[in-house]
Amino acid sequence: MSEFFDFLGRRYDDLIEVGLEHMYLVGLSVLLSTAIGVFIGVTTYRTERPREIALAVTGSFLTIPSFALFILMIPIMGIGAPPVIVALTMYGLLPVVRNTITGLREVDQATVESAKGMGMGRTQRLVRIELPLAWPVIVTGVRVTALVLVGIAAVGAIVDGPGYGTFIFDGLARVGSPAAINLVVSGMLGVIVVAILFDTLLAVLGKLTTSRGIQ
Amino acid sequence: MTEQTSTASSAATAPGRTMIKLEGLGKQYPKEPKPAVDNLTLEIPEGEIVILVGPSGCGKTTTMKMINRIIEPTSGRIILGGEDVTKADPDQLRRKIGYVIQQIGLFPHMTIAQNIATVPKLLGWDAKRIDARIDELLQTVSMAPETYRNRYPKQLSGGQRQRVGVARALSGDPAVMLMDEPFGAIDPITRDRLQNEFLRLQAEVRKTIVFVTHDIDEAIKMGDRIAILQEGSRIAQYDTPEQILTAPANDFVADFIGRGASLKRLNLSRVRDIQLSQWPTVQLGDEPAQVLDALRASDKGFALVLDEQRRPRRWVSAPDLQRGTDRPLDQIGLPPEAIVEPQATLNDALNELITANYSVAIVVNASGEYQGIVDIDSITEAIRAMRTDARARARVGLDEDDTVDEAAQVGR
Repeated sequence: MSEFFDFLGRRYDDLIEVGLEHMYLVGLSVLLSTAIGVFIGVTTYRTERPREIALAVTGSFLTIPSFALFILMIPIMGIGAPPVIVALTMYGLLPVVRNTITGLREVDQATVESAKGMGMGRTQRLVRIELPLAWPVIVTGVRVTALVLVGIAAVGAIVDGPGYGTFIFDGLARVGSPAAINLVVSGMLGVIVVAILFDTLLAVLGKLTTSRGIQ
Repeated sequence: MTEQTSTASSAATAPGRTMIKLEGLGKQYPKEPKPAVDNLTLEIPEGEIVILVGPSGCGKTTTMKMINRIIEPTSGRIILGGEDVTKADPDQLRRKIGYVIQQIGLFPHMTIAQNIATVPKLLGWDAKRIDARIDELLQTVSMAPETYRNRYPKQLSGGQRQRVGVARALSGDPAVMLMDEPFGAIDPITRDRLQNEFLRLQAEVRKTIVFVTHDIDEAIKMGDRIAILQEGSRIAQYDTPEQILTAPANDFVADFIGRGASLKRLNLSRVRDIQLSQWPTVQLGDEPAQVLDALRASDKGFALVLDEQRRPRRWVSAPDLQRGTDRPLDQIGLPPEAIVEPQATLNDALNELITANYSVAIVVNASGEYQGIVDIDSITEAIRAMRTDARARARVGLDEDDTVDEAAQVGR
């Protein structure tokens, strides 16, 4: 055990740097998933067919094994961060799209009708009434996305992506040596810490961006 | 208010300028065998409350929602203040029309001030004017601006939300308001109070109001004019409440009014229109002996104690005086209940007095001064007068020409 703490002490700078990379990778992907996912949700929630297609397609992304998807990305995007970000963004879409659609559909229709009756156009209604009211549900979706992506991002090391996955794959390459366990465990703990950080951050952000009137 | 434009009404039913004119308005939903609204023509005079009332599914809400084009008509024209708005920009149109729905539909994520500011903002008012307007409107609906401005809808009671809904609908100072069962989701006691408040408010603002309800009693109470609608929004009768109760145009109307038309007419007469009873009154500082004298001089069992401003303070009887001779008059007997103002309807007064001590309602003016008493006898008397009136009207043409006048005089 003390040997593990020695390892952490020795690789401290490294662990922090890799952690920041991991957070950057996930942060950017969550941002992209959110932007694209909310857009898809907003454009499809009103009508049944497009809505179902959006959910089916983004849902099917999640069924692709991450290992396979990363490798499939190589011919198109090479190796490093870019293929990882694209793959993560795809994985992150479903929770955001689903919650955006659910959130928007759950907005009380009387509220929307009174907005319409007061002379708000379609875009104004969406931006000023529907999205703010659906926001807590959307944020919940974003939090799920963040948790899912923090884990999957580690696998991205297979295509030389940055983050705690590098520790885990290094460990994998040295199975049998004493360092292997240290590498894998520290990589795993790093992933957990990043996950907790993201979830806390998003929870606080969600609270700050949600009107007190609906909390 | 002159009848100058081509849209002005020539009929005797419309005394003021016509504010809203629906011409052959229709709504046919695809795949439905019958139209929801079938060729409706209706003129709504400026400054009046016109009630659309009818059984559920008669098309009254559809009709109302076509006026601000929440529902687009499939035929006919809507003329608003002389201007054909059937094809106008719906958003621009709606900013000029106040809209209150049964669920109120306040924006829960916005404060009361932000809710009220919605239409003024859309109309591009500057911040200062909007601020002043918010305070003014909150005061209009009897809510202290400093207390409520920054609250959220969830922090208000149902009645307060309803008031904010009305304030919000008035915010852009629209000439026309559409109200779809605005008091429908409120408990009966609060509803009564809000209806009265709204009528008082309307007496000041004189908006042209189209009001939808399924409740004939509410229609009679609130309406200057009532359109009773049958399936397809066909007008069974369009008239004043008085006329509808007195002379229902057909069986449908008579059935819809239901039984007890004379009881319903209690909603049309106000306390100020009837003869009030006088009960013995004494002053707060009077000696017990004076009170006993006053009681002896009348046939009533109780005397009303008034303070210096002639506001009712206490009911006292002879036994009360004997039990607590040393105590001041405002500490014996019973507190006054069932206090109504002269503009209250007889129906309000009746509701109050039935539950009150001694079955009487005390009438006070706006500053709380005692005016008189409404008791069961005054109400029965009023009903009898109305009956005589109605009977006389129904017999017009059967007897001599002057029967109506005579009967009315006998009734009063």
